[in-house]
Amino acid sequence: MASLNNIRTRIKLEETEVLHTTSTDFPGNYPGYDDRLNLDEFRKNLKIQISNLDTTTTEFDLIGIDAAIANAFRRILIAELPSMAIEKVHVTENSSVLPDDVLAHRLGLIPLHADPRLFVDKVSSDTKEREDDTLIFKLKVACKKNPKATTDGNDNSKNPYINSNVYTEHMEWIPIGNQATKFKSEDVGPVSHDILIVKLRPGQEIDLKLVCHKGIGRDHAKFSPVCTASYRLMPEIILKKPIYDEDAEQLQKCFTQGVIELEDDNKGHRRAVVSKPRLDMCSREALRYPALKDCIELNKIRDHFIFSIESVGALSPDQLFIDAIKLVMSKCDRLLQEIDGNINN
Amino acid sequence: MGVQKNKNLDSHDTVDDLDQSAAPVKSIEDKWKLVPAFLKIKGLVKQHLDSFDYFVNTEIKKIMLANQEILIESDPSFYMRYLNIEVLSPCIDEGFNIVRPITPHECRLRDMSYSAPISVDIEYIRGKERVIRKGLVIGKLPIMLRSCKCVLYQKNEAEMAKMRECPLDPGGYFITRGTERVILIQEQISKNRMLIEKDSKDRFQCTVTSTTQQTKTKTGVYESKGRYFLAHNSLTDDIPIVIIFKAYGIQSDQEIAELIGFEDYILNCFSASIEECHRLGIFTQIQALKYISTKMKSLSKQFSSNQSSRHSRIDEAREILAHIIFAHVPVIEYNYKLKAVYTASMVRRVIQAQLGLVNIDDRDYYGNKRLELAGQLIALLFEDLFKRFNTELQKIANKIIPRQRAQQFDVTKHIRPDIITNGLVIAISTGNWTIKRFKMERHGVTHVLSRLSYVAGIGMMTMITSQFEKTRKVSGPRSLQPSQWGMLCPSDTPEGEGCGLVKNLALMTHITTDIEEKPLIRLAQNLGIEDITMMNGEEIYADNMFIVMLNGNIIGATNKPKKLIDSIRFLRRKGYLNEFISVYTLKKQRVINISSDSGRLCRPYIIVIKGQPKVTNQHIQELALGQKTFIDFLRQGLVEYLDVNEEGDSNIAVYEKDINKETTHLEIEPFTLLGACAGLIPYPHHNQSPRNTYQCAMGKQAMGAIGYNQSQRCDTLLYLLVYPQRHLVKTRTIELINLEKLPAGQNAIVAVMSYSGYDIEDALILNKSSLDRGFGRCIVYKKQVVAMKRYPNRSCDKIKGPLINIDTKKPKWEHEVLDMDGIVGVGEIVDNKQVLVNKYTPSSTTMTLAEQQNSTSTTTTNVFAEPEDKETPLVYRNSVPACIEKVMLTSNHEDMFIVKLLTRQTRRPEIGDKFSSRHGQKGVCGLIVQQEDMPFNDYGMCPDIIMNPHGYPSRMTIGKLIELLGGKAGVLEGKFHYGTAFGGDKIVDLSKVLIEKGFNYLGKDLLTSGLTGEPLQSYIFFGPIFYQKLKHMVQDKMHARARGPRSVLTRQPTEGRSRDGGLRLGEMERDCLIGYGASMLILERLMISSDQFQVDVCNQCGLFGYNGWCQFCKSSSDVATIKIPYACKLLFQELQSMNIVPRISLKTQI
Repeated sequence: MASLNNIRTRIKLEETEVLHTTSTDFPGNYPGYDDRLNLDEFRKNLKIQISNLDTTTTEFDLIGIDAAIANAFRRILIAELPSMAIEKVHVTENSSVLPDDVLAHRLGLIPLHADPRLFVDKVSSDTKEREDDTLIFKLKVACKKNPKATTDGNDNSKNPYINSNVYTEHMEWIPIGNQATKFKSEDVGPVSHDILIVKLRPGQEIDLKLVCHKGIGRDHAKFSPVCTASYRLMPEIILKKPIYDEDAEQLQKCFTQGVIELEDDNKGHRRAVVSKPRLDMCSREALRYPALKDCIELNKIRDHFIFSIESVGALSPDQLFIDAIKLVMSKCDRLLQEIDGNINN
Repeated sequence: MGVQKNKNLDSHDTVDDLDQSAAPVKSIEDKWKLVPAFLKIKGLVKQHLDSFDYFVNTEIKKIMLANQEILIESDPSFYMRYLNIEVLSPCIDEGFNIVRPITPHECRLRDMSYSAPISVDIEYIRGKERVIRKGLVIGKLPIMLRSCKCVLYQKNEAEMAKMRECPLDPGGYFITRGTERVILIQEQISKNRMLIEKDSKDRFQCTVTSTTQQTKTKTGVYESKGRYFLAHNSLTDDIPIVIIFKAYGIQSDQEIAELIGFEDYILNCFSASIEECHRLGIFTQIQALKYISTKMKSLSKQFSSNQSSRHSRIDEAREILAHIIFAHVPVIEYNYKLKAVYTASMVRRVIQAQLGLVNIDDRDYYGNKRLELAGQLIALLFEDLFKRFNTELQKIANKIIPRQRAQQFDVTKHIRPDIITNGLVIAISTGNWTIKRFKMERHGVTHVLSRLSYVAGIGMMTMITSQFEKTRKVSGPRSLQPSQWGMLCPSDTPEGEGCGLVKNLALMTHITTDIEEKPLIRLAQNLGIEDITMMNGEEIYADNMFIVMLNGNIIGATNKPKKLIDSIRFLRRKGYLNEFISVYTLKKQRVINISSDSGRLCRPYIIVIKGQPKVTNQHIQELALGQKTFIDFLRQGLVEYLDVNEEGDSNIAVYEKDINKETTHLEIEPFTLLGACAGLIPYPHHNQSPRNTYQCAMGKQAMGAIGYNQSQRCDTLLYLLVYPQRHLVKTRTIELINLEKLPAGQNAIVAVMSYSGYDIEDALILNKSSLDRGFGRCIVYKKQVVAMKRYPNRSCDKIKGPLINIDTKKPKWEHEVLDMDGIVGVGEIVDNKQVLVNKYTPSSTTMTLAEQQNSTSTTTTNVFAEPEDKETPLVYRNSVPACIEKVMLTSNHEDMFIVKLLTRQTRRPEIGDKFSSRHGQKGVCGLIVQQEDMPFNDYGMCPDIIMNPHGYPSRMTIGKLIELLGGKAGVLEGKFHYGTAFGGDKIVDLSKVLIEKGFNYLGKDLLTSGLTGEPLQSYIFFGPIFYQKLKHMVQDKMHARARGPRSVLTRQPTEGRSRDGGLRLGEMERDCLIGYGASMLILERLMISSDQFQVDVCNQCGLFGYNGWCQFCKSSSDVATIKIPYACKLLFQELQSMNIVPRISLKTQI
């Protein structure tokens, strides 16, 4: 019974293969188990523990959920949540070394600080720039020689050029329609001000109008609101036999620092204890040593997801996750509607 | 007892000795630092530059001296003599006497030749007085970039930048008419050396190809039926060798026999030849010369034309012996002794070879080969042109001087620089080398420098072609020669017909230039060699006597060979002798060879004396600190150059641990045995050898950066990668050739696993988000040129503004992108069939001025009769739009205005684009997958590329696996790892890093499927590998057609993608259909869909009619309409035109 339970709830890491990777706990698969969906049970088992949350990144544990659902959140975060990005570049002047297309591509990848929820999708046939679907920036920079620059380098301004590096801070937001009142100027703009766009030399100049639209990551990676969203399964390290002294030290070295601690037992030996399995990154190093191989078992807990979201900056990661859940819900609703519709028909 | 003791002692001693010599040779740390030091003074293309510099500075003067005087027959008092010749610095004549210096880049842009005037000082007779003129220009010489005459010579980066030149560009090529051309290194059998081989009749033969400034002839000595003969082109028959000796003036048989050798076996072999001479009744020199004179071919011109009258046949024979046969052996005042010894030694070698005492020579041995470089080839050509130039002058002088003129004859007025200028430019720009005096006709000597990638350019500069025919199926010259070690790259050769014939230089190879012989002869004499002309045969072949030869000529003999060799080596190491002089012995033949000729392959080695290398850690430290250069190493005798022949005499250790008592030299670094292209492969010593060869070919197709001046250039086709990256796993060679500064590829995160089914046959799966973020993105520049031609009737092409629709006041669609001047605007996006340059050509280009005036006077139309102009626009033809990058207006050397346009396309990878790693593993993109569908690891990383593991077992590219480990470890540590050949970071160390950073030591990670969200069942080999994007892209290749153009003559669909042609159902496909019996399908494919044509056939006469009427029968009674291929109808009509009547007879269908 214990081994069956193991198969149901654990993924086993062997030296050369991974066992029991797929979930098998669907109804009727195991005699004696009631795997029917039970909302109360699910509610009871579902746990979310946030271990880290700041403006751009978060890590939280998502426990008691199926891989398919966790993966759905991940996929939606990457590909289906909208964000704003520069989509069109109107080039008035570009005498930099970068060709127009390359410059435009670079600009497109700049993460923008603009709440996509306040915008609507651009209708492709509509060429007019509307206040509710478009953001406009201006980027006009000309490089000049620095008259203050001295050759001996004593001057503070050692840089012989002015504006030789064009950063995102040079981007200037141009509100259209009611945008000036709707947004505060610090709410709209590039997420970071020190992204290098292009380098110029005296005489070179760029004069661009940057038009931003709303889009989703499936369309182009620049619209993805996350750097990445991903999860890993919670590692579980089981010491089948007690491990002492040299072997224990060896074992400690096999894992990321902090995973294995040594504690003194009363008999003057040091014994290995698993302290923070969460930190292990599954190098399976311990399995290489014959002495340790039989003493340990490396597992991953099937329904314990350590989820991490790195936001690009427009929205906070928790907000993104909530949006992702909402999107999943709306998809479910849609599916239910379709099913109902079909049944009714 | 005592004996035993002694023995013991002895053995003890020797052990001690061994111990001493085997005393651990300390490994020299960082001795690879000698390689960059070497490359600093002898760069990758230094051989080209050295060779060209030698020509420009030295050889051109020698050529001038050899052809110094011009005399004429009509006036004995006239002469013209060259006093000096000099190549000035490159400049351009802009007309109106404006001459200004020019930069190579201007030549590239303006389609001009980068050449410098050759100026001479002459002394000649004008009327009655002697005149000296200085600085006369006799022609222009194309200048090799970075040579000593080039404006880029020894310029720093800032100066280069000012001249729009890339400091990393190797130079060594020429620019003629705007194209960069390389004179490839040519491989040849060395001249003036005896070679023993078997001829077609399986006879032993000793041949010499003697080459002097004037002639190039081949002489052979062979044995036939126990007698020895001499064969030469200028002789109709082969001449018994004894007669030759008699003709040399050695009349006594004993003397002859002695010259060949006094050993019994030699006399046994040779006696038959002596007898034969007696039988022929030839005893004296005169008789022998007479005999030879009967066997001479009609003599070459130089004797027959003007001087023959003064010469008797015997004199001619004497002349031939002196100057044609063995031309390189000097005959001074008709003293043939040296030549006799030379001939005798050839006979001796044949005898020895016959008896199996010496082996026959290997033609493929690199010691017997010489490499011809740009300088030598240009020297040959220049001398030919210079001679033609002089004869031209001579002809003119001969014609004009006898006529009495008011004006005095001045040669300088008749100098036409075109002969030399055009001769050189045409030869370089076509690659056809025609040298009349050697009857040499070579094609494909020069090639356009490939600028596909930086590596391609460098690879081209080190390329060596063989004169061997490519079609012949012999394996000898194609196979890898052991003597190639360290000199030529064992990997870098093309596949297919050029395999093994086209080779590349290794990293440290140097090719010698000529070294003056005279001081060497004097030195040898001072070192105690004896004059061979003073010796008889017995002395020459005495047991301890060694013949000393210099560049294939006998200069003497010595009985202290060791001393001679040692002293020459000593002097060379001390720097008193040129470092490229080599000495080696042929022990069996008892010959010491000294070589100072050009074209020998050589490379530097560390000198080892008494088991200890001369270079120590101290020296390397000084080198690293910049206190020493490679030249100091040479001067101090720590390092020396060995050529292939001397290498054979040396005992070279590859590693310090291999050094023993006999070791004479130590390898600097083993990775230098690879060339520049193979050097960029990480861990090549772990790969299957053909994979490295494939990578050598593919590295040249990889896109990347080309040079710092890439945006300034205007190439016909230029591929650039938008975000090239440095190699995560690099090699020393990569650093040495500066590939890091101009890389060609990107480090892709690769997961080795199977995914979908779109990865079979090496196809790759790409991550769409990676492509969105710029992976594999490239720019394609294409050049288009319009020349504004001028015509004989003084009219010329015009460019007119766009045609504007009167109603809308807008230009018509085709002209939408044109500016008002009729040329497309910069930055404009052009679509298929839009006009780029709206050019017009006058309708009549041949009408003479008079005719035109006539027509104007009669019709009184104005000269600018616009409607007469034909539209000849430059149209953009490509289904994918492009952007105009650059428009350049300039004039070329013919004062023609040219418009150069550069179009730009930015492309992201698509399905079908070709990629390759650095291990000869190419593959096309089979599928582009969304990032969320990609597998990811615990860190949330997705691969950029998924590669199918089936690519490994059969290819055995272990290097690629190690590269991944190295890359992964490097990324985690934040440093670049080395994968240098025969070295590089060890797997154990790389694994340690991985373990330290919490990764699996094998590089295998636990991945989670992006589709199901569950972990994958196996661990996936996951990490960065450097991937190259190759130039083959679907966009340039894809082609399909339903209907389209047909060719005019046959009315069949056109051929080829460029003409929107049809896809041919070939003969083999046709055979399949016949075999299957699908006759209607064949009919449909071959006729109905191709060139079906309706003809009227008269069934009475069987000829074609028309409109239901037969013109032959004058009736319409039996005319039927049938469908035949148009090509068939054409054939019948063509046959009719040749008086053959094909008749068609028709039957009614049953």
